[in-house]
Amino acid sequence: MSARTITYAEALREGTAVAMAADPSTFLMGLGVPDPKAIFGTTTGLQAQFGAERVLDMPTAENGMTGVAIGAALVGKRPIMVHQRVDFTLLALDQIANSAAKWSTMFNGQGSVPLTIRMIMGRGWGQGPQHSQNLQATYGHFPGLKVVMPSTPHDAKGLLIAAIEDNNPTIVLEHRWLGNTIGAVPEGHYSIELGKARIARSGNDVTLAASGYSTLESLRAADLLAQDGIDCEVIDLRTIKPLDSATIVASAARTGRFVAVDSGWKTFGIAGELIALVSENAFGSLKTAPVRITPPDAYVPTTQSLANAFYPSTTTIVNAVRAMYGLAPKTDLELGFDPDRLLDVPDASFRGPF
Amino acid sequence: MIAEGRRNQRLVALYREMLRIRLVEETIADRYAEQEMRCPVHLSIGQEGVAVGVSAALRRDDYMISTHRGHAHYLAKGGDLRAFIAELYGRETGCSGGRGGSMHIIDRSVGMIGSTPIVGGSLPIAVGTAFSTRLDGGDRVTVVYFGDGTTEEGVFLEALNFAALKALNVIFVCENNGYSVYSPLAVRQHPNRSRVAIAAANGLATGTGDGNDVVAVYDATKVAVDRARSGGGPTFLEFDTFRHREHCGPFFDDDLGYRDPAFVAGWLARDPVTTLERTLLADGTLDAASQSEIVSELRAEIDDAFAFAKASPFPPPSDLFRHIYAEDV
Repeated sequence: MSARTITYAEALREGTAVAMAADPSTFLMGLGVPDPKAIFGTTTGLQAQFGAERVLDMPTAENGMTGVAIGAALVGKRPIMVHQRVDFTLLALDQIANSAAKWSTMFNGQGSVPLTIRMIMGRGWGQGPQHSQNLQATYGHFPGLKVVMPSTPHDAKGLLIAAIEDNNPTIVLEHRWLGNTIGAVPEGHYSIELGKARIARSGNDVTLAASGYSTLESLRAADLLAQDGIDCEVIDLRTIKPLDSATIVASAARTGRFVAVDSGWKTFGIAGELIALVSENAFGSLKTAPVRITPPDAYVPTTQSLANAFYPSTTTIVNAVRAMYGLAPKTDLELGFDPDRLLDVPDASFRGPF
Repeated sequence: MIAEGRRNQRLVALYREMLRIRLVEETIADRYAEQEMRCPVHLSIGQEGVAVGVSAALRRDDYMISTHRGHAHYLAKGGDLRAFIAELYGRETGCSGGRGGSMHIIDRSVGMIGSTPIVGGSLPIAVGTAFSTRLDGGDRVTVVYFGDGTTEEGVFLEALNFAALKALNVIFVCENNGYSVYSPLAVRQHPNRSRVAIAAANGLATGTGDGNDVVAVYDATKVAVDRARSGGGPTFLEFDTFRHREHCGPFFDDDLGYRDPAFVAGWLARDPVTTLERTLLADGTLDAASQSEIVSELRAEIDDAFAFAKASPFPPPSDLFRHIYAEDV
């Protein structure tokens, strides 16, 4: 019996529908939610199903509307917000950081903010510095927030339902390149516990810890490394905050080699945090210095030549692991990649504009 | 005669509530130097007319959200006095368990959702509570207080727009005391910039009044509340008023010379508490004996609250991480 497969975007739509059907206190809003494009197909048909009061478009006012969602949450609603681009959520950082993250503790538990904010993160095809940021470290910094980064259609639905049902403000970061990926997704209701990582691939030699799209790149790298007899474990963090420290530390302590892969900037980021965690808790077990693989501290320019210089690739991960064994790097060609491929598109058939 | 008697009773009640807030805050100022209330305090002294006039037009279950200068709003809405003072003292029995201090006060039992000092931040949150009321089909009203400085924030417009767009039961109450800390309105806004006109242009009903005349404040608010409850949508109200003391702290600061002495003297002569007191005593609504009885009752209540606060324990260090995430109950 083969499991039903759907896309990541369809899984998000289905997760939203399941959670909204289960709880009448939920409502969904975002710029473009009921429009014909329906947030890349993640909100298709929801207004018809749940009505215009509970599924609504909104003014172009990210900060104010986040405040509206927080206010509704404080008096018993369970709002879901969605932003087509994470970059615009910086306009709402005041409400997210000053209000949503702090309300519960600031008022001694009198008023929690069960708010879910979906944010879609971009990459490539000329989107430039303000349309392709990956801000997981920014949101991971604030106590009181939860941050999830689903990497598969199964997790997209299960983590989104868990986020909506959680009593805390929860950020769901969705990488654009995952939207059309296909995977097995159960029908109906299920949720994935927040704060727990997933072993995406078991292995004994090296631990690769990643999240979101970086998980897919890490799994590809693990396949290639297996051809040379290097057995990688890939941890899909699923939740950035709170971090599943136990799973990460246990794996690193067992393999003794730790690589953190993240799509955010290098310094003060998730990868650095993971290495600090492993160094503090499994230092004696490490056989080599841990490594982080991230884009550099630069803003990705529009032009493809500079974008190629910005994004690490599967090859980058493979060679970082090979270096841990003192092995010479392999070329793209040796690994089966076109050396002239563009790193700012998911595949050669991609024609934009996103 | 009966109507007049009821009116007089209400006037005395308004006076008593303003005086209560005044005496509470004067006591805070008097005791502040003891270094036991270790948080910034933004006293409402001089601005009690707005809080008391607005609250008199509200139901207990109506929502209210306030600012850094929120003591009067909290007390006028019926917030617990003991829990308020204990909050200033950082005690476990404080209304926010000692975690918020003067700028983060709350009493959900009387509809006070909280107060925050990020200028403008509370406006959309108030609109959100009203949006929730809309989804529930209720007639509850939300009041949000803010100062003239907030009307310069972008989120002011964002909040007005959505409130009007959805015709929500929210009343925006601007307490215009003419200053954002030390910066006068004239250096911040064009003289032709009318907050009321901005609100009207966004589709809100509007009203203005003398914030130091508690009855005028009540009357204007009553119109807005009746409008909201009958489905007429949001209202923006602007009340002119005057802060007697420094922006933050227990002292007077007019030695700094940032306000024209004639301007200060003019406002002090129109103090909301003493003005109404003089009127009530002059027209015989209140006699001197009753007035001094009110003062005695209030002082006893205030002394009790301070004693309660000082006798309360501090939260234990082990509580640091409580409520960072909502606790399941």
